[in-house]
Amino acid sequence: MSDAVNPAPTAAAAPSVPLKPLGKVLAVTSGKGGVGKTFVSANLAAALAKRGLRVLVLDADLGLANLDVVLNLYPKITLHDVFTGKAKIQDAIVKAPGGFSVLLAGSGMVEYSRLTPEVRDEFLRIMASLVPHYDLVLLDTGAGISDVVLFAVSLASEVMVVATPEPTSLTDAYATIKVLVTQQKRQTVRLVINQTARTGDGRAITVQLQQVLDRFVATEPGRPIKLVHMGDIPADPSVRQAIMRRQLLAQSMSGAPAALAIAQLAQRVQDTLVSRTA
Amino acid sequence: MCCPFLLDFVPFRTKPTVPSTPLPAPVELQQLRLDDAQALLSRDGVLQTLDGQESATVYLQRVIDGLCELSLKDPLTGLSNRRHFHNMLDKTIDVVARSGDPALLLMLDIDYFKKVNDSYGHQSGDQVLRAVAQALAQCVRPMDTVARYGGEEFAVIMPDCQTAFGFSVAERIRQTMQDMSIMLSPGVEIRVTVSIGGAYAPEWVRSTAALWTERADALLYRAKNEGRNRVLLDSQQEIHVSAEEKNMLFGHLGLGDALWADSVGADNGADGTHSMRAN
Repeated sequence: MSDAVNPAPTAAAAPSVPLKPLGKVLAVTSGKGGVGKTFVSANLAAALAKRGLRVLVLDADLGLANLDVVLNLYPKITLHDVFTGKAKIQDAIVKAPGGFSVLLAGSGMVEYSRLTPEVRDEFLRIMASLVPHYDLVLLDTGAGISDVVLFAVSLASEVMVVATPEPTSLTDAYATIKVLVTQQKRQTVRLVINQTARTGDGRAITVQLQQVLDRFVATEPGRPIKLVHMGDIPADPSVRQAIMRRQLLAQSMSGAPAALAIAQLAQRVQDTLVSRTA
Repeated sequence: MCCPFLLDFVPFRTKPTVPSTPLPAPVELQQLRLDDAQALLSRDGVLQTLDGQESATVYLQRVIDGLCELSLKDPLTGLSNRRHFHNMLDKTIDVVARSGDPALLLMLDIDYFKKVNDSYGHQSGDQVLRAVAQALAQCVRPMDTVARYGGEEFAVIMPDCQTAFGFSVAERIRQTMQDMSIMLSPGVEIRVTVSIGGAYAPEWVRSTAALWTERADALLYRAKNEGRNRVLLDSQQEIHVSAEEKNMLFGHLGLGDALWADSVGADNGADGTHSMRAN
């Protein structure tokens, strides 16, 4: 087998090699696009802010994310200006409507999506300087398992996969979890199931995913993979309405089922991630 | 190649209902300055002179096809040139992203090539390059793209190359080069070795061409540093989701649970739900 020939690629060759993950950083990712990853990131951040936490959402999709669209924010200064030395990091951070901070990548960041060691170092430096100022930093990553996504996730101490009950979404979520477990040696992967039809769906899906992982993904002895079901967000027409209006759920439809579910998710995130690491 | 009869179809477009677009003026070969192109092509033996039977269109198509072919080839070795290599690399990445079939990229460099040039002259160096190129092309499948990347560096793109076989292919290339003796002139034979670095286009990962070549290149340089005449491949990222895994993933959720299938939504029921239930 060729695998045995060379197990240790160089730094440039292996963007997925875990770096030193930063505490209090939660990467929100998904195997498939269009499952509501950015929607969850933004609304979760707002719900956490409402609980009194200082939260920063960082567009880690390097300019391809829709965070600006979801939040209806188009700042003049973005992460791109920080990268090019045109602006300071504090000038690129803006206040989002939900009471949390947001750092948008800016369209120019696409050119940095080639992860050279310089880009990684700069990104890591920026992240490290930001983390101490917040109770939690959410990384809104891109969809799929690109090198950029894996790099962004590698910076986070915790990772949460967003999926919907659709088979395609579940397959891609499973593939993503597999990569996180095998390449980044993650033991714990958190899961949010979006657009569920009934209570209990998310839990059933988590159990199912866990069983497939246990059966098909080899892990080191004594280091089992743990999927943690963080919550479900029910299919809810008000989500679509909020997105169309480019508003957060909490802004106009705080009583909607999805908004309540996100509030619950926020509590869970605070209890399991923030209180523990703080 | 482009269809040579494309021009013949133009009249069909000018139906009465369509606002009249003027027909393109017929091409007058005499008015085109094709001398340079013709000289280029006949020098390489790609194009014979105008055949009295064929139309201007067909002839022009031949000229264009010939120029396209020339622009993709390395003149010294006849292999693909760097331009064609990059085209194929992008194409292969697209295919891998869709199909999930692994593809292997090999980067090769002739060891101590400068010594060949210094000791035997540049013409001998060219002979060595040609011999290596020819042997390399014979080591791989016709579907693989073999290119001269530059200087004494070569690259091979191997689509649909299972990870279990990558190393043996690369090793076969290395062995072939080591065993081959190249005759520079009567009585003067030399042997060269090659160093090989290889990287798989990761399945499920939308990678970039630059990143892929960088990975293969990095391993080539490691092969050089570790003493040359050797093969180093990176390990394939195993992210394949097998049919068994999918079966287990959906089997329980779908079987006898119409509600769950419904919850997936009417939009997706048509494809997703059915195949799921079939399990």
